[in-house]
Amino acid sequence: MLVISAVSALVLGTNARAALTIEITKGVDSALPIAVVPFGVSGDPLLPVDVAEVVAADLKRSGRFAPLPRQDMLSRPSETAQVNFRDWRLVNVESLVIGRVNRAGAGYTVQFQLFDVFRGVQLAGYSVRSDADGLRRAAHQIADIIYETLTGEPGAFNTRIAYVTVAQLADGSRRYALEVSDADGYDPKAVVNSKQPLMSPSWSADGNRLAYVTFENKRSQIYTQNLLTGQRELLASFVGINGAPAWSPNGRELALTLSKDGNPEIYVMNVASKQLRRVTESLGIDTEPAWAPDGRTLYFTSDRGGSTQIYRVAATGGRPERVTFEGSYNARATVSADGKSLAMINRDNSGDHIAVLNLQSGALKVLTDGRFDESPSFAPNGRMIIYATRTANRRGVLAAVSVDGGVQQRFSAREGDAREPVWSPMRQ
Amino acid sequence: MNKWLKVGLILVPVILMSACGSTGAKKGAPVTGGATPPPADSARTSPLDSGSGAGITPLPQTGGMESQAGDPLNDPASPLAKRVIYFDYDSNNIRAEDRATIEAHAQYLAQRGNVKVTLEGHADERGSREYNIALGERRSNAVRDMMSLLGVSAAQVASVSYGEERPAVLGDDESAWRMNRRVEIVYAGQ
Repeated sequence: MLVISAVSALVLGTNARAALTIEITKGVDSALPIAVVPFGVSGDPLLPVDVAEVVAADLKRSGRFAPLPRQDMLSRPSETAQVNFRDWRLVNVESLVIGRVNRAGAGYTVQFQLFDVFRGVQLAGYSVRSDADGLRRAAHQIADIIYETLTGEPGAFNTRIAYVTVAQLADGSRRYALEVSDADGYDPKAVVNSKQPLMSPSWSADGNRLAYVTFENKRSQIYTQNLLTGQRELLASFVGINGAPAWSPNGRELALTLSKDGNPEIYVMNVASKQLRRVTESLGIDTEPAWAPDGRTLYFTSDRGGSTQIYRVAATGGRPERVTFEGSYNARATVSADGKSLAMINRDNSGDHIAVLNLQSGALKVLTDGRFDESPSFAPNGRMIIYATRTANRRGVLAAVSVDGGVQQRFSAREGDAREPVWSPMRQ
Repeated sequence: MNKWLKVGLILVPVILMSACGSTGAKKGAPVTGGATPPPADSARTSPLDSGSGAGITPLPQTGGMESQAGDPLNDPASPLAKRVIYFDYDSNNIRAEDRATIEAHAQYLAQRGNVKVTLEGHADERGSREYNIALGERRSNAVRDMMSLLGVSAAQVASVSYGEERPAVLGDDESAWRMNRRVEIVYAGQ
């Protein structure tokens, strides 16, 4: 289960990068007070990872939990028998997490328990196996279980993000990289480096491959790349635009934009046979296809009606139907995992913001107030949206916002620009 | 414009003949690549470069009287020195003041069937990245289509859009944006 993190070191063009650090810029008042006690260690006391710290940071970052600082803990139990619920009631903690890390061969077994402090009962208890390099991942899995137990919704901590970085060199040239990191910004690795632009990463449904656009041959081309082996495959290299790849939910098809027949249209390519099916036909720009989770509908950006708006069409083709009506410019839609909402760029007089459209009610909610917010991507649990924004001094950075707007985070403290974040699917 | 149109029409058959030895643009084939023949431009380069295909002889240059000074492409006083066409926001309309520049390049190209250009379309940073790729292509195609009307062979012109990915000027106001909404005319080998 933890093989992926170990093998990712083999990925093409890998090099170690400074981790992104995440700062919570806005949290909710109703965050649940929780204590994650430092985990006990059997045997070797020097672990590479402070598991409890990673768990607490995950929970805090969601904005829905307020972990108790360690210095405020009156006791530090690591086994049930050591727990005195009064110690936790005194500091107004509602949930308590204790655990222990045991050596198991070359790896570890991490066991943990989650308690309801006021009722004095255990809510969850599991043992998670991890290889030598997998302790952070085990911690994210534990955070996911705690999150789901207490909120009733699946967590998305044990996931990754892909994004593009750009560094401006002293000689005026640029270095582009497609990077993949854990969802908490840790362990970023470049999977492709190029002197020419890289764009539009898209995860396959199994999380093992990325499709993206490269200009390394001085024109746009779409490649897919296996993250386990580093193997690349050229998928589209037609005359004109080869852009906006979007992997279908079943992993067998790729929606993409091609202008080979004159102007940008949406096509669907069978990844195995490379056979193309044209989906749209208009004189305007049709681009940025996004799949509905059932794989039967594509949302896309089009200026066919004069202004740039989101439309939807059957993935087999047909008559498109306009979806957005608020705002002079709506683009780059992405669909939530439950298929009920779209996130997109929405423009008003103050700039381009991230907005969410409820597809059932038609209600549009603007979530961000930057001038250049773009490239929204839902967490696989639908709770947060990661996107690209700008700092006051024009640096491109990644940020995240909860779908209700209540929680905001910023990924920061690195050099160069980061852009086009895409959240991976749930790890399988 | 009409004058150049006529020139272009007269030149077309000559260009077609001289281009027949070189590879035409095919759908699905890379438009640019490492094998692009160098342009017959400067006095230092042999115009009969072996890389340019079988038996292609460059046509005499119109600026022949000043040929000691070399290729008009390298003359800073020539209209060919202007290689960037600018556009209005969300527009691919060629402005009246840029027509003469495109006509000069079209004439130059129409007379030299083995010279190739890439038209690089760009957009400002507002809006989504892939939409801006589409917008950049509209702009480069607008220049391409005008050149085509003026007699430039399709095989000589490649169109590529970089959208907002390669801004000429960094900045988040109109003074930067107007410099970034552009088509760059890039001669092969330059």
